[in-house]
Amino acid sequence: MVAITRGCDLVDQRRRAGVSFIMIAAVVWQNLLFWGFGLTASALAIGVVVSTNIVRMAVCLVMSLAAVAGLFFLADAPFLGAIQILVYVGGTMVLLVFGVMLTARLPSSSMRTNAGQWVAAIIVGAALLAVCWQACRGLAAVCARADAKEHSAARADHAGRTTTEFGLALLGVRTDAARPNGGAPVAGQGYLLPFELISLHLLAALVGAAYLARSRWNSRQNDHKRD
Amino acid sequence: MSDRIASLLPESWSGAAWAATALIHVALVLCFVLISVAFFVWLERKVSARIQDRLGPTRVGGRFGWLQSPADGLKLLCKEDIIPAAADRVLFRLAPYLCFCPAFAAFAAIPLAEGWVVLRLDIAALFVLAVAGMEVFGVILAGYASGSKYSLFGAMREAAQVVSYEAPLALCLVIPVMLAGSMDLTTIAQAQAGWFTQWFLFHNPFSFAAFWVFIVCATANTNRAPFDLPEAESELVAGFMTEYSGFRWTVFFMAEYTSMLAVCLIASIAFLGGWNGPIPWTGWLGLSHSVHPLLGFVGDCVGFVNVTAKAFGGVIFIMALRWTLPRLRIDQVMAMCWKYCVPLAAVMLMGATLWLYVFPGGVIRGVGGQWSPSPAVATSWTNGGERE
Repeated sequence: MVAITRGCDLVDQRRRAGVSFIMIAAVVWQNLLFWGFGLTASALAIGVVVSTNIVRMAVCLVMSLAAVAGLFFLADAPFLGAIQILVYVGGTMVLLVFGVMLTARLPSSSMRTNAGQWVAAIIVGAALLAVCWQACRGLAAVCARADAKEHSAARADHAGRTTTEFGLALLGVRTDAARPNGGAPVAGQGYLLPFELISLHLLAALVGAAYLARSRWNSRQNDHKRD
Repeated sequence: MSDRIASLLPESWSGAAWAATALIHVALVLCFVLISVAFFVWLERKVSARIQDRLGPTRVGGRFGWLQSPADGLKLLCKEDIIPAAADRVLFRLAPYLCFCPAFAAFAAIPLAEGWVVLRLDIAALFVLAVAGMEVFGVILAGYASGSKYSLFGAMREAAQVVSYEAPLALCLVIPVMLAGSMDLTTIAQAQAGWFTQWFLFHNPFSFAAFWVFIVCATANTNRAPFDLPEAESELVAGFMTEYSGFRWTVFFMAEYTSMLAVCLIASIAFLGGWNGPIPWTGWLGLSHSVHPLLGFVGDCVGFVNVTAKAFGGVIFIMALRWTLPRLRIDQVMAMCWKYCVPLAAVMLMGATLWLYVFPGGVIRGVGGQWSPSPAVATSWTNGGERE
């Protein structure tokens, strides 16, 4: 989003200058990269649906998610990009491993989708598309407000330097919030509690998974003993 | 650097300046990586030879047989390119590049001297870990797409091993991040400016131990012996690389050496002071940007040599490990990670945290000064995230 608005600024500058230059100077690279990453992500997402081999599906998914990470980097959100790679791309890798281990060389490895699943998928996909469409339509107003609030030059200074605020907010210090005494940021306004709650939630999930796996293992052992 | 190029061109050429900057950065990093890899090919042979009481390459020509690397490259390019009949042809071709590109992309955020970085990120440490971790994809794909059971075994071992060792690797890296108060690798290195006693390696006993755990995990993460189970030529022919030959095999080889260089650079930046030498003589001679830009550039060059020398030292250490220790079994590799490395790294992290709490000034490093977050970070905390 930032990349697009910045690209628009560049185009405006060029129009004002009223001169044309050779192609390489005129190309707005951010726009070109945006379209490149966007089309790659979309095409590979279609590849996930069309493909019938689970490993190729996973590869398409990985590369599609990586292209989305590229979009995040392009929009000056390196933290989101890195997390996208670490969590989503890394998570898909586990899918890939299981795909290879469980289905790879069987004759029935190709996956077919039945009609019921198609209908459900189309309904969910259409709903998601509608939500995204609605969000896109509201985007212009948000952009205008953001531009009025913060000049694009000031935003360029921030490029790649947004995470410190974010990290401090997670630890409970909001640097962007109002400071009553005009001095140091106030502690206790941030997101420390939600952050810790999510950590506890994940810990509970881990312990639960370990417990379930263990109890099943024990019962199987008991079955063996009974035999 | 982009500002400098942009100032040379008319304002409306900013698109060209942007592209030129990107290309120059990529070319510089590519040169650095590929020359280092060619050097490592020769170095590996020399190190192995010395450890086995041999001379190493002498017949190919050049002083110390340095023509060995070009000869190797020429031989590999001339080899026949084979794709097995049972292979998944698309993925088989794709896999080597998926292996090399992440290892190379990690260099975008690794600084080689103060300000000598393609993209200075707030979260450089996280970025490097995330991007370099994608390398395992290429290996798994290679193993699957080859259509060979040895390859598949190698790939499954790689998946298990790399996913496991990433946990302690990241835990060890948290300690320098915590000591510097930033995930920005440039800030981490600058927090260790001065004598070698300022290095995070010598900050406290826990960070000293964490460095060695980091080196062990880095060795395992880059598939180097004694953890090279995915290749394991005594059991799996050549593991995931069994069916590869010629250029594609070369790309895997380059990926291995590139990621080895990347982890050693991170170790030297995070624990060994980066471009801040054992003795701060560049500061005494006034080689800094505040005196004169040209002198500052000379100082940066010295810093580049400094950080590269430390990283190459790390690479030589990992090579020496390969030719000294016997290969572990796969269950021993996994036990090594979950029973020793992860608990050790966790204890070191807790210990370093407590140390920081109990001795805020440090013991070795705090001869005079009180510990505090580096000035850049401290100002950003009070200025609402804005840096100088």
